[in-house]
Amino acid sequence: MKELFIEAINDNLDQVLAFVDEQLEENDCPMKVQMQIDLAVEEIFVNIANYAYDPETGPATVRVDVTPDGSVVTITFVDNGVPYDPLAKADPDITLSAEERQIGGLGIFLVKKNMDDVKYEYVNGSNILTLKKGLRGEKR
Amino acid sequence: MNIERISESGKLTLKLEGRIDTKSAPELDETVRTSLDGVTSLIIDLKEVAYISSAGLRVLLIAQKQMNKQGEMKIINVSEDIMEIFEVTGFSDILTIE
Repeated sequence: MKELFIEAINDNLDQVLAFVDEQLEENDCPMKVQMQIDLAVEEIFVNIANYAYDPETGPATVRVDVTPDGSVVTITFVDNGVPYDPLAKADPDITLSAEERQIGGLGIFLVKKNMDDVKYEYVNGSNILTLKKGLRGEKR
Repeated sequence: MNIERISESGKLTLKLEGRIDTKSAPELDETVRTSLDGVTSLIIDLKEVAYISSAGLRVLLIAQKQMNKQGEMKIINVSEDIMEIFEVTGFSDILTIE
């Protein structure tokens, strides 16, 4: 298990992605799966950066845990900002036309679609969001 | 991300290169907002783009909404992985992809 403790600001996104990608590459993660994971990591980290401590900034912890056989990664984000369950939000209606579609609101939806499992908890003043994804390509 | 602009009488092609993410999307947003005056055909070339996040999708939707009012928009050279993101989000029904 590896952990990154970092200030949750958009400028640190590249550093967070580099940290996650390093663990994925060590486990021969296929490019496509890495892209899906990057997408989810970006959405979650940027959400924390933009909203958790708004209008101030604060820290986040990013934890990456790969099973010993290298088949499943669990990525955990912890922040101490305002309690916020991103999964509580209704999914956007993806059948609407361009005119009817709202600008934005796709981030968490993409996370749910691209990960095998997404879990939110609020424990002892911390938002804890956990992503799980199989690294061998096909969805389990 | 690099944005190459090729403009000829009402037709604008934006060739994008790199990642369209939270950090680079504002630049594309700015380009789209400031370049569409008098454009009736917008082509966005994603040949050199391997990654697009929701921040990038947002800009594509803004561009599509604008072009619906003044002409047409096409997305070309979409990779398989990006196509999958378009499909999951319903963007494949909104955008004209060739």
